[in-house]
Amino acid sequence: MRTHITRRLLGALAVVSTLALTATACGSDASDGGGDSGPKDVAAALEKGGKVTVWAWEPTLKKVAEDFEKKYPKVDVELVNAGTGDKQYTALQNAMAAGSGAPDVAQVEYYALGQFTIGKSVEDLASYGAQKYGTTFTSGPWNAVTEDKAVYALPMDSGPMAFFYNKKVFDKHGIKVPTTWDEYVEAARALHKADPKIFITNDTGDAGATTSLIWQAGGRPYRTDGTDVTIDFGDEGTRKYTATWQKLLDEKLVAPISSWSDAWYKGLADGSLATLSIGAWMPANLTSGVASASGDWRVAPLPQWTKGDKTSAENGGSSLAVPKAAKNKELAYAFTEFATTGAGASARVTAGAFPATRADLESKAFLDTAFPYFGGQQANRIFAESARNVGEDWSYLPYQVYANSIFNDTVGKAYVSPTTLTDGLKQWQEAGVTYGNDQGFTVNK
Amino acid sequence: MTTSLTSAASGSGTPTAPRTPGAAPEARTRTDARADGGTRTRTAKRRKRPPHTPLNPRPSVPLTLVTGLVLVYTLLPLAWLVINATKDQNGLLDSFGLWFAEDSHFWDNIGRTLSYDDGVFVRWLLNTLLYVVAGAGGATVLAVLGGYALATYDFPGRRAVFAVVLGAVAVPGTALAVPTFLMFSNMGLTNTPWAVIIPSLISPFGLYLMWVFAAESVPTELLEAARIDGSGELRTFFTIALPLLMPGTVTVLLFSMVATWNNYFLPLIMIKDPDWYPLTLGLNAWNAQAQTAGGEAVFDLIITGSLLTIVPIVAVFLLLQRYWQSGLAAGSVKE
Amino acid sequence: MPHVLFTPVLTLTTVSAPTPLHTLLPHSTPRLRTRSVTDARNPAMTLLSTRATAAPPPRPRARFRLRKEALVGWGFAGPFVAVFGLVFLAPIGYALYLSLFQDRLIGGTSFVGLDNYGKALTDPRFWEGLTRVGLFLLIQVPVMLGVALLVALAIDSGRLYGRTFFRVSIFLPYAVPAVVASLIWGFMYGTRFGLVGNVNDAFGISLPDPLSPSLVLAAIGNIVTWEFVGYNMLIFYAALKVVPRSLYEAAAIDGAGEWRVVTSIKLPAIRSALVIATIFSIIGSFQLFNEPSILQKLAPNAITSDFTPNLYTYSLSFSGQQHNYAATVAIVMGVLTAIIAYAVQLRGMRKG
Repeated sequence: MRTHITRRLLGALAVVSTLALTATACGSDASDGGGDSGPKDVAAALEKGGKVTVWAWEPTLKKVAEDFEKKYPKVDVELVNAGTGDKQYTALQNAMAAGSGAPDVAQVEYYALGQFTIGKSVEDLASYGAQKYGTTFTSGPWNAVTEDKAVYALPMDSGPMAFFYNKKVFDKHGIKVPTTWDEYVEAARALHKADPKIFITNDTGDAGATTSLIWQAGGRPYRTDGTDVTIDFGDEGTRKYTATWQKLLDEKLVAPISSWSDAWYKGLADGSLATLSIGAWMPANLTSGVASASGDWRVAPLPQWTKGDKTSAENGGSSLAVPKAAKNKELAYAFTEFATTGAGASARVTAGAFPATRADLESKAFLDTAFPYFGGQQANRIFAESARNVGEDWSYLPYQVYANSIFNDTVGKAYVSPTTLTDGLKQWQEAGVTYGNDQGFTVNK
Repeated sequence: MTTSLTSAASGSGTPTAPRTPGAAPEARTRTDARADGGTRTRTAKRRKRPPHTPLNPRPSVPLTLVTGLVLVYTLLPLAWLVINATKDQNGLLDSFGLWFAEDSHFWDNIGRTLSYDDGVFVRWLLNTLLYVVAGAGGATVLAVLGGYALATYDFPGRRAVFAVVLGAVAVPGTALAVPTFLMFSNMGLTNTPWAVIIPSLISPFGLYLMWVFAAESVPTELLEAARIDGSGELRTFFTIALPLLMPGTVTVLLFSMVATWNNYFLPLIMIKDPDWYPLTLGLNAWNAQAQTAGGEAVFDLIITGSLLTIVPIVAVFLLLQRYWQSGLAAGSVKE
Repeated sequence: MPHVLFTPVLTLTTVSAPTPLHTLLPHSTPRLRTRSVTDARNPAMTLLSTRATAAPPPRPRARFRLRKEALVGWGFAGPFVAVFGLVFLAPIGYALYLSLFQDRLIGGTSFVGLDNYGKALTDPRFWEGLTRVGLFLLIQVPVMLGVALLVALAIDSGRLYGRTFFRVSIFLPYAVPAVVASLIWGFMYGTRFGLVGNVNDAFGISLPDPLSPSLVLAAIGNIVTWEFVGYNMLIFYAALKVVPRSLYEAAAIDGAGEWRVVTSIKLPAIRSALVIATIFSIIGSFQLFNEPSILQKLAPNAITSDFTPNLYTYSLSFSGQQHNYAATVAIVMGVLTAIIAYAVQLRGMRKG
């Protein structure tokens, strides 16, 4: 039987290799054809009309797509939810590899953009005149989508971090809102002591949250210069983070509940998870997912690593990019521009998105918005303040999607075994170095 | 149908048959002795009961209770699902998992599940039906034809077919996903129903089942007689073999339907347009929705949707089950 | 993928069942019995045998020439074989092709010969996953199949009250998609708000967290068992139904007890179902993917991205863009699976 299989497989292989070679050839043909075109082409393309396929999971885009179609009746926008986060990137990567089926516009989170820019698989929007938006967007998101003079995407939203806390629980146990992470640890102890069912927060190891807090603490573990990459989780910022967080883990002060699970929503609703340090997009999720706790929660600035500081960091947020394999790039750019700037951006902010545009962040209507969920608090003032104070010069790896996918394999050990966070981060670093070298980068530690 | 086994048995002997007579008497003596010794006391006790036959024994309470434990195990999670489908988002968060919340939201939940996001659930349901009808139906046809051929005709490469099928099945599907995707993409099939239907057409276990079943229930003599009468091969298949193969066919259809209905990984890779999602993918999308900025957590709809996803396949199974069961009995118990 | 429609089946115990076939059978029941017992077995042996011993029954061939038979045979088998070639063989061939290359984010694609295979064979992440599914296979499969077999025997014995209800109810979980099953069990496993938490609260005890690293494999095993115990039960039950009742009469006349009937008639009679099912189970276990991948959200630190070889290839391919290496790992895994399945089949047959 084995011989049979072998012979047959070899036969099949011969056929398929031919097929595969053809396939690869097709693939490169399709993805190589890119061209430069200026703003004029965009106007002409809008005149001519056509279809734009947009892959995005951001709910507020639905309204924007309708508005766009109304404004340009000849253009047909097809909004497709092709999966959330890495699922969509996989689909995108596959479509690019296959040479067909790629969308005209794709939502890409800031942390994942490097994967597409390094392979030059997204358009440089500077050739469409995107450079002029340099002052339109807040600096954090703009830095994330630009590299030297190239603009690889336009920022769609942002996630400056803030501290969400359950005021009812805090008041009941007489806890003060922490302004530093040391006070935060104290609060965690006090809360858990007052009621063993209450935890200051949940944490089962989340790459996004960890890197954001290291970012806030001043750590800059990643440096990318072309194909030269540095990964170093030994800097001072990282050490500040691990020292504090290790205490929380050692004393079992954070609940072992994964974010976004039903248990997590339950904990946020019943007060057993008392705080969240998370991006400013969170209010929409609280309002819909934890409706029963409306009025209990408040927002405060993120606790600081040094007393008196005002430093913040970004957590999440995404951009709209135009793949090189897009069929109608001019229209794609037109839609991207429409959805991320001007009226489109404002419409999305009204619908609950957190803006990456300065104008919206500074508008009076935005700042004065009272959140009934937060007991009438004008929470946007805190978020806007946070957006202004995001630490400079952060960068992600060009293969951050993969790095994040193995975060729990390495750093995750610190949550379920005697491994320390420092050791876990070291393992994460090693794995990242190995992968990077395998992929042809020059990686330094 | 009932004649199948008898007539087949009267035909050409099986390779193992000649062995039996020689080995048998000796073996039997041995076993008889052991069996007698081992069962004497039990037999004595049984005498007091009303007589029963081995084919119609008395039900036993202890055995029913022990087997009942397995029953509880299998039904508990389903009970959980039904109970929690009556709760709204708050009830889910607050009440005991295995008992009802104070007020039932069952019908409300069903209404909301069916109408959420412009009734996309109904669309997913129809998609799933399409995949099941085309995929499982096609898989059954191919398996019946293939199994019949393997059992009835001695053609070159016959044995290799199953060896290759088994060998190929051993390669993990998750890793074949990308090559398959790239191939299908080049053929322009991704993001169309074909990308789900075509791979569903292959059921290796169905092929095996039909092979065994055809070997057992279609006597060569009948086919030979038909040939002598001048019947073509196709006509012979449809008029003589197919009716005999019905019970096996229903079985394969049943299993293919379940497999297609529950298919998840394949559409996950192939289908990017939610308009073509099957139910499993749709439910997962609802689950993922709770994890995005601005997304709405709809655990109540996911649970109700899960229940609604299971109900049709269970119903079909119960309907087919009766048919299948009678078919099985007809194929095995002789008068 | 659709290939593994059915996960684990089969009792390893039956494969090594001590009682030789036909010990109880002889004269008392004539042809009829011999025919079905051996024939139920025969096709499987024919299909699986590489040895010439189990040749197909000789068929009269008057006026039906060999060439025509070949043509017609392929005609019937053709559609299956063609589609099979498209959805299995072609991707496998493509995967083999891919495994000879390396594609890097920087530097593009280059031919590397068998380097990927060398890397896979010495990759600790791969071997860890393989060891884990091996352990899973050795424990979960016998437990599940044992229970399935016992229930099948219990129902077949006719000594249950409400046997139809049993049969149907125990089969029900099979109709539940793995996505939904993992979701339900995931909810129930919760130590705070799930059923485990409820039990803890109600009895003031503290059950260990089923999703902790030390228990998570068992928790997954439980879900798989739940999903497939009824399915396997039904397969065994169906095989048992085909055993002619006259055999049991004969056994009763011979004074055989119930257990004796089980070991000497029933188990040998369903041997082919057991062997083929074992093979499909091995394949299913080695391809463990759906349940851990869905539970990963709840237990990210316990279920690593290389938890099973299949998760590992998925992670390599889908998160890491290492399609070539992923294809290599998949092929190595496929070859190992085939070898083990083949060994089990040989062993199962030898005992027969």
